[in-house]
Amino acid sequence: MFQYTMRRLLIAIPTLLIISLVIFLLLEAAPGDPLGEVPLTVPPEVKAKMRTALGLDASWYVRYFLWLKQMFWIEPMHLIDTLFGTHLADDMQRVISFQSRQPVMDIIAERMPQTLIVVGSAYVIGVLIAVPIGILSAYRQYSWFDNLGTFISMIGFSVPTFFTGVVLIVIFAVKLQWFPMVYDTTLQVTDWESFTKQLRQMVMPVTVLSLFNAAQISRFMRSSMLDNLGQDYVRTARAKGLTERVVVLIHVLRNSLIPVVTVIALGVPSIFGGAIITEQVFKVNGLGQQLILAIHANDLPMVMTLTFIFAVLIVLFNLIADLLYGILDPRIRYD
Amino acid sequence: MTDTTAAKIRPPRNQWWDVWDQFKTHKGALVGLTIFVAILGLILIGPLIWHIDPTYVDFRARNKGFSLAHPLGTDQLGRDLLARMMAGGKVSISVGLTAMSLSIFLGAAIGVLAGYFRRLDGHLMRLTDLFLALPLLPLLLLMVTLFREPLSKGFGPEGGIFLLIVTAIGATSWMQTARIVRGEVLALKEREFVLAARSIGTPSHRLVLRHILPNVMSPIMVSATLGIASAIITESALSFLGLGFPPDFPTWGRLLFDAVDQIQLYPWRVILPGIAISLTVLSVNYIGDGLRDALDPRIRGR
Repeated sequence: MFQYTMRRLLIAIPTLLIISLVIFLLLEAAPGDPLGEVPLTVPPEVKAKMRTALGLDASWYVRYFLWLKQMFWIEPMHLIDTLFGTHLADDMQRVISFQSRQPVMDIIAERMPQTLIVVGSAYVIGVLIAVPIGILSAYRQYSWFDNLGTFISMIGFSVPTFFTGVVLIVIFAVKLQWFPMVYDTTLQVTDWESFTKQLRQMVMPVTVLSLFNAAQISRFMRSSMLDNLGQDYVRTARAKGLTERVVVLIHVLRNSLIPVVTVIALGVPSIFGGAIITEQVFKVNGLGQQLILAIHANDLPMVMTLTFIFAVLIVLFNLIADLLYGILDPRIRYD
Repeated sequence: MTDTTAAKIRPPRNQWWDVWDQFKTHKGALVGLTIFVAILGLILIGPLIWHIDPTYVDFRARNKGFSLAHPLGTDQLGRDLLARMMAGGKVSISVGLTAMSLSIFLGAAIGVLAGYFRRLDGHLMRLTDLFLALPLLPLLLLMVTLFREPLSKGFGPEGGIFLLIVTAIGATSWMQTARIVRGEVLALKEREFVLAARSIGTPSHRLVLRHILPNVMSPIMVSATLGIASAIITESALSFLGLGFPPDFPTWGRLLFDAVDQIQLYPWRVILPGIAISLTVLSVNYIGDGLRDALDPRIRGR
């Protein structure tokens, strides 16, 4: 197991390097100019100086290696500095956003909590809804509950999140005025009143995202339960005289959760991707919205770093899913 | 005795009739198929009956509600929404179909090559894993923003964006198909009929095209159906983020995006295209579900 983990981690390094190169080359091949926003009245000499200041006149591989160095050497050192108060990276150049001239990592750290609160709670709620629905649907297969559940989960992943979001806004923010239309990120939770305000503005984005997640996970849960309910060990358990509750909720559920847990782990990074749209609908200024802003402004370091972080999350959670599968299911051996 | 048994044996028939029989028992799939055909009919035949040009601007008839002259009302420039919905549907569904064909072609080709030729297997599957690890939506956004200008210069604003979106969606959605097809091909390769075909000297390309490919048609068809749905959703998501087709070129996602600003005044303009997208995707997903059951020989005939 340890060997397997180490091998996977070692494979992850070239994978991530290739991905970062792909993203970099894609940005490089694009005709967009980061100085496109600069007014035409600025003389060419000044423009050339700005280009040099941004480091744009070096050839692409120099800039790529510079980015790698900044990302993997200077940024971690800076993290150590801020954590322990040392001065390792004091006069080293960090990854700087073209748009705001701030270090990219600071902006990301600033926006991370918004994304994590909304997306994270939506994912947890989605799982909490999906698992019981999946269990009951499978246990009473083809009952009215199962048919309804299957239909709702079909709707849940057929209706795009930008449409459910907009419909919720029309009903609950425009017509009924129960919840605010946009997510106010400047809100500080200090007392009970601001806490309820925070909860109220979270209701709609979280509902949209958790409905979407629950739809997918409940389908997996249902089919995994159905696979296990037909197994011989279930008949044995019933024949032993165990109560139905013990058979379903202990024997079958434990075995059915194994593939579902890995699916849940695999879904974590794609949630960050799917949240780009939900964040845009409700104007949550999280990571997804930052990515769209950066793409529109041709802010290459920001786009590069954010996309790379998404890629790291995907590779990491793929590994976690595989390892969990090995831990939970003793039939799977990695050696 | 022999006569009675002989009478009971059905005449040989095409396996697709069996598939259709099984498909018919899936109620959701039948309803889905009906709705999808109805939407297709509306989009293809509708413009022949409803003559208003979707880009015709009539300032005297701005922001009208439902009426006989404009059954779905008009938008802020007085353009007829029924005509725009039909035109938008045509683009959305053709993007879905084209992107799906591209992704299925790529997926099936890579899957068959990886499954059949052992030399290519490692490299191609490494490539598939790499693509699966890419953050797809951010990359899609990136590709569409960065390359829209040169392509719309080269192929015209509509053609260029169409080409760009279809290629981008196709190139980022073939991986699941490739994995499924490779698995099936690996199993088929060990079967006797492949051995028999090879022993009479069938060359590789004919073996793949005549013997392997027809046998992996079922998983390909299922992922093709589901691919249409996800391509339509992706296209409308891009349009919704303002990165899709140009404004005067309606698609369902674009119509929804254009109406969001005035959602408080005219909520119907948002809801109608949204319902169109959702209904299409829902029906296609149900068709896919039915096909999956119908093409599964373990379920068929039970």
